Amino acid sequence: MQFWIIQTLNSIAFGGLLFLLSSGFSLAFGLMRIPNLAHGGFFMLGAYFGATITYFGGNFWVAVLGAGLGVGLIGILFERLILRRLAGNVQGQVLVTLGVSFIIADLCLLIWTGDPWTVPAPAELRPPIRLGGFAFPTFRLVVLGIALVVAVALYLLMDRTRLGAMIRAGVDDMEMARGVGIPVSLLFTIVFALGAVLAGLGGTLGAPMLNAYPGLDTDMLPLALIVVILGGAGSLLGAFVGSFVVGFLYNFGIALFPDLAYFILFLPMVLVLVFMPQGLFGRVQT
Amino acid sequence: MRRSALLLGICAVVLIAVPLVIRNEFYINLASQILIYALLAVSVNLLLGYGGMVSLGHASFLGLSAYATTLFLLWGAGQFWAAVGAVIFSTLCGALFGVLALRASGIGFLMITLALGQIVWGIAYRANTLTDGDNGLRFPARPQPFGIDINSASSFYWFTLIVFAVALFFIWRVTRSPFGAALQGARDQPRRMRMLGHNVWMIQWLAFVLASFWGSVAGLLYVYYNLFISPHAISLQQSAEVLLMAILGGASTLTGPVVGAVIITLVKNLVSSYVDRWNTLLGAIFVIVILFMPFGIVPGVRQLWARWRPAKKIGGAP
Repeated sequence: MQFWIIQTLNSIAFGGLLFLLSSGFSLAFGLMRIPNLAHGGFFMLGAYFGATITYFGGNFWVAVLGAGLGVGLIGILFERLILRRLAGNVQGQVLVTLGVSFIIADLCLLIWTGDPWTVPAPAELRPPIRLGGFAFPTFRLVVLGIALVVAVALYLLMDRTRLGAMIRAGVDDMEMARGVGIPVSLLFTIVFALGAVLAGLGGTLGAPMLNAYPGLDTDMLPLALIVVILGGAGSLLGAFVGSFVVGFLYNFGIALFPDLAYFILFLPMVLVLVFMPQGLFGRVQT
Repeated sequence: MRRSALLLGICAVVLIAVPLVIRNEFYINLASQILIYALLAVSVNLLLGYGGMVSLGHASFLGLSAYATTLFLLWGAGQFWAAVGAVIFSTLCGALFGVLALRASGIGFLMITLALGQIVWGIAYRANTLTDGDNGLRFPARPQPFGIDINSASSFYWFTLIVFAVALFFIWRVTRSPFGAALQGARDQPRRMRMLGHNVWMIQWLAFVLASFWGSVAGLLYVYYNLFISPHAISLQQSAEVLLMAILGGASTLTGPVVGAVIITLVKNLVSSYVDRWNTLLGAIFVIVILFMPFGIVPGVRQLWARWRPAKKIGGAP
């Protein structure tokens, strides 16, 4: 019983982390029509930035913000200086994001070496919460809370603001959006940077659970891809549902069938692809 | 036509003579490696160049056949049946992956092949009881095709060269066949091809299966050469490297991927012996090639050649 409850909670918390990873990824994918294959690298950079800031004595929450801003800045530069040059060449853009992901991974290895960096959870969140005889890790609950706050904020941004309406218009029909005077290329930069910021925040928030280590990027990228394939590119609700589905499958898969964890993760993706190629909540034909 | 036959003859003589001219075992082995990667690059180019499908999971076929033949041998099969069984198994996986990946086109295809490739990698990495995880599997010994020993560097090179030549000839025939034309038609004008009564899905699926078949053959050569297979050989980086070979050399040509394989393998070996930063360089080459040389080296050189030749004729006329 204890096992099931703890694993369920871990799955939900991991799902929250995956939402931070994949929501921006999904929005940028829906708008720009390309998956940013450097997104796992952004997440890993966030984890390393956070680890470095806490290593030099910075507060954990300062580290989270710093990582978000730092990775966001890198995202803006990448979009402006490289992706922008390849506008219209979707295949080239994807391959460039892949090339950049290699550069990020290798430079991280150079700067932070091959040993994992641990990030301690903030001291006030370390003692577990006791509820009905069970001990829940407080930090994971807080991560989940942050993910839910981000989800609501993103929903309000997308659904209630002018910017959100413009993004939705761009996702649905880019040509038409351009036609009515929406600055779509500016939206590209904003959404891409938003995804980078969320990946950076997520990297540091996830670091007390996952650590920062070489290969974190290639561990996380397929999860983000599966979330987006499940939920549908450009759909916030899809990213939300997909994140928790993947969180459960991944956690329980690893706990129950460690050899087959990847397979279990992959099965629902296949089913969705075969029966609903656009994803559960997809607007865009990928 | 006679000129290209002459060129082919010269290439063949040069390739056969490599171990006789270069006596150094290290360089002969490097040449074998180049041929193996060239075969993988040519096979992925069947998808990329002729089919317009960007696959980021092609190294998984190398891995599937390399792991399968090793496991079949360890389970007691003979060399011949282990190899045949491995290629059949890996090609069947290719047939299945093709069905899944071709549910989508364009970027969706790319993402699904990436996810499938990562899953194969994940199984190789995690399924410790079967694949021994990160440690990899040792391949017992190279086979002796028709009783000929291929343990020396030069005899293995010739063995690889024969397989490579057969593969290249086969793929060349395919690209020149009606099927090859239909594949290129499906790349450029899928709707018109459908209108003309072609089954576009079937054409692309067959191309995927063919590419996975030759990728599997490259996997056999890989494991014969290294006598070892680990998850490292089928990482995303490996799939991307192969793709880069094809793009760098020129995806619209048959020989482009071969040129790309030569350059990338040489640079990789050269750089790796001096510094540790191959991945940064690989990423940088990726970005630079895509930004500045999207059509690759072979078409670029051909263009220069075509520009230079008429100029010479005009200059030579009295």
